[in-house]
Amino acid sequence: MVMKITLGGVSKPHSSKTMKTGDWGTEYPVVDEEKCTACKTCEYLCPDACIVVVEKEDGKKVAVPDYDYCKGCGVCFSVCPAGAIKMELKEIYKLEVC
Amino acid sequence: MSYFGPGHGACPGCGLTIATRNVLEALEGKCFVANSTGCLEIVSSQYGRSAWGVPYIHSLFENTGAVAAGIDLALKALKRKDEGKVIVLAGDGATADIGIGPLSGMFDRNHDVIYICLDNEAYQNTGNQQSGLTPPGSNTTTTPVGELLPGKVGRKKDMVSIAVAHGVAYVATASVAFHADIRRKVRKAAEIEGAKYIQIHTPCVTGWGIDGKQTILSARLAYETALYPIIEYENGELTRVRKIKERKPVEEYLKIQRRFRHLFKHPRGKEIISMLQKIADENAAKFNLDV
Amino acid sequence: MKKVVRGFYSIAYSVKLCRPDVIAAYPITPQTEIVENLAKMYADGELGNCEYVTAESEFGAASILVGASATGARTFTATCSQGLILMSEVLINAAGMRLPIVLVNTNRALSAPLSIWNDHQDSMILRDAGLMQIYVETNQEAHDMVPVAFKVAENPKVMLPFMINMDGYKLTHAYEPIDLLDQEVVDSFLPPYDPPVYMTTKNPLTFGCYAPPNYYAEFRVVLQNAMERAEKELEKAYKEWAEITGRDWGGHVVTEGVEDAELIAIAMGSLTGMVRNVVSELRNQGKKVGLLKIRTFRPFPAKEIKEILKDVEKILVFERAVSFGYEGPVGMEVKSACFGLTPEFYSFAVGLGGRDVPGEEVMKIINEVYDGKVKQGFHFGTVKPFEEVVV
Repeated sequence: MVMKITLGGVSKPHSSKTMKTGDWGTEYPVVDEEKCTACKTCEYLCPDACIVVVEKEDGKKVAVPDYDYCKGCGVCFSVCPAGAIKMELKEIYKLEVC
Repeated sequence: MSYFGPGHGACPGCGLTIATRNVLEALEGKCFVANSTGCLEIVSSQYGRSAWGVPYIHSLFENTGAVAAGIDLALKALKRKDEGKVIVLAGDGATADIGIGPLSGMFDRNHDVIYICLDNEAYQNTGNQQSGLTPPGSNTTTTPVGELLPGKVGRKKDMVSIAVAHGVAYVATASVAFHADIRRKVRKAAEIEGAKYIQIHTPCVTGWGIDGKQTILSARLAYETALYPIIEYENGELTRVRKIKERKPVEEYLKIQRRFRHLFKHPRGKEIISMLQKIADENAAKFNLDV
Repeated sequence: MKKVVRGFYSIAYSVKLCRPDVIAAYPITPQTEIVENLAKMYADGELGNCEYVTAESEFGAASILVGASATGARTFTATCSQGLILMSEVLINAAGMRLPIVLVNTNRALSAPLSIWNDHQDSMILRDAGLMQIYVETNQEAHDMVPVAFKVAENPKVMLPFMINMDGYKLTHAYEPIDLLDQEVVDSFLPPYDPPVYMTTKNPLTFGCYAPPNYYAEFRVVLQNAMERAEKELEKAYKEWAEITGRDWGGHVVTEGVEDAELIAIAMGSLTGMVRNVVSELRNQGKKVGLLKIRTFRPFPAKEIKEILKDVEKILVFERAVSFGYEGPVGMEVKSACFGLTPEFYSFAVGLGGRDVPGEEVMKIINEVYDGKVKQGFHFGTVKPFEEVVV
């Protein structure tokens, strides 16, 4: 594809979405849906705008991380007032290095 | 809510991006962002990979106060003021050091601009060099700890007083530890005509030597020790402070950060720690922070 | 409408007729009276919807215009000398961001030593900045070139900052009868600014990106291409201006008596008038000399200049700047344009820091070069005898 050079380097909004940052981290957050109170603290404090409270089919609202972008920083884990988020090591980092 | 990100290149656990998201959320995206060169700019504005969902401009490191003033003037002249608020997002170095001239001009002419200083207390984009807002004792690459020196020797510049002295109608500090408070302050600023200044404490994982899991904790400890008072001035009067229930000794804040760790073993460490405690005590007294 | 006005006013009045949206400036001698005039027009409500501000510095003024221009406003400033080089970081940035800011530079020397008087060292330092640059000879030409500057800067094929250079004091302070333009004339020539992209919440674009190595070079190619297109668009605008107003200032260059000339003298700006008089007198004496006035300096009309100089024996450049460590910048450009030709080449830096350049000096230099009494290369004009000492 031919490269496009815009006038003065103007870029389109949200074009960073092509950059999937989900593979940056070593850990990832897991939400305990039972404990989650959908308070949105994690949503407001996620540096990467990638954990959002959504309504599930059964009507319950829970925080859902977007692993395409989550860098595994642990902010959500550290701020969750309900203790509903835990960080887990990605499988690949569990491998033993010989 | 997605006026900023995802897909930006900030470090995991970055404080700046948390503040930015809450600022934009408060204005519901109805704003023009002028951003100085620095961390936020570099992680969000690569060609063809913009993280922004609002109109955004980056010109130079030190001219953002003036660029924002120009946007304000253009919106007035073109009768487009109803499109949104003009905000600056600038780092502490851009604000307190290199860009203080254009900032002062913008304040002085009282442009309708909300100037937000994202204070991570050093030039973090270039790897933790000291700025005017770096606190004493901080180990930066240009105030390194050595045999003689215990990190930065000198004060954190009082930008709040500088803003108040300009007659800025609304001046506040905030912290990523209190996200709702950031949004409230930005909304309040948006209702006031003229120049506004909000300085938000935004921990830097790499520069401060903390883990992403400590981003919010460290911001909270800065408040709880009174090293970073959360205050509001309206028309030159101190109108509101966030009270501290049980003020903690500054060591609680210092010990979790790599940039201050040397203070616990350096020959001059005690001197600096007591100086920082004195600053905290003075803040508590000046702003009546203790419950 | 002919009126006797100062150079300052000839600019300010023309700026007003161009219906700017935002003017930001900072006072500096010998520019101040331009913005004082504009400030008075603003105070009297003569600038329509325009916002006028005095910035905290020239750096601030240019930065304000970056914000305003990116938001879709027609923008103007004026400066010179220390002010221009203080602006330089912003102007280089504006060129890369393709913002059509128009400025008038009232050429003045650079410090140290401090000098408030005229020469071209200020604008020459911005040679590589990505700004279009023209040099005017008279206040009427200055007055006429303001609408041309806006028209070409805002041309979608160009989109670059435009700097009109007029000599400080020599022009700015001079009272001359100026045929002041009518609003209808300017309106028929200069349409309202219709920016191809601008900051708006209706289409939230990102301005002022950074480009990693896999993009940056292409942006610089694009900037060079815009300058190349500017050469054509500026030429067209010069012609259209002549048709509309009946005042033909010529194209990128103007020549007189070059067809049979053995020596062609080259000048820019207000000095051209003096050189023209001397050339004319020498031609009356039967000497084969001609004049080449360079109006457009960036984009540099190299091909045109080479064509004019292709058969001449001697080239003599009068200029008002020095590139220390080499020679005069205009001479360098002319020589570069003439690559492949083999004329004798001479350049003289005259009138530095406002020193008067009398006709006798110009006459003496042309005669000596014409008669083969001067070594080829770069020279300073009249310099008093001196001895270098420490204190």
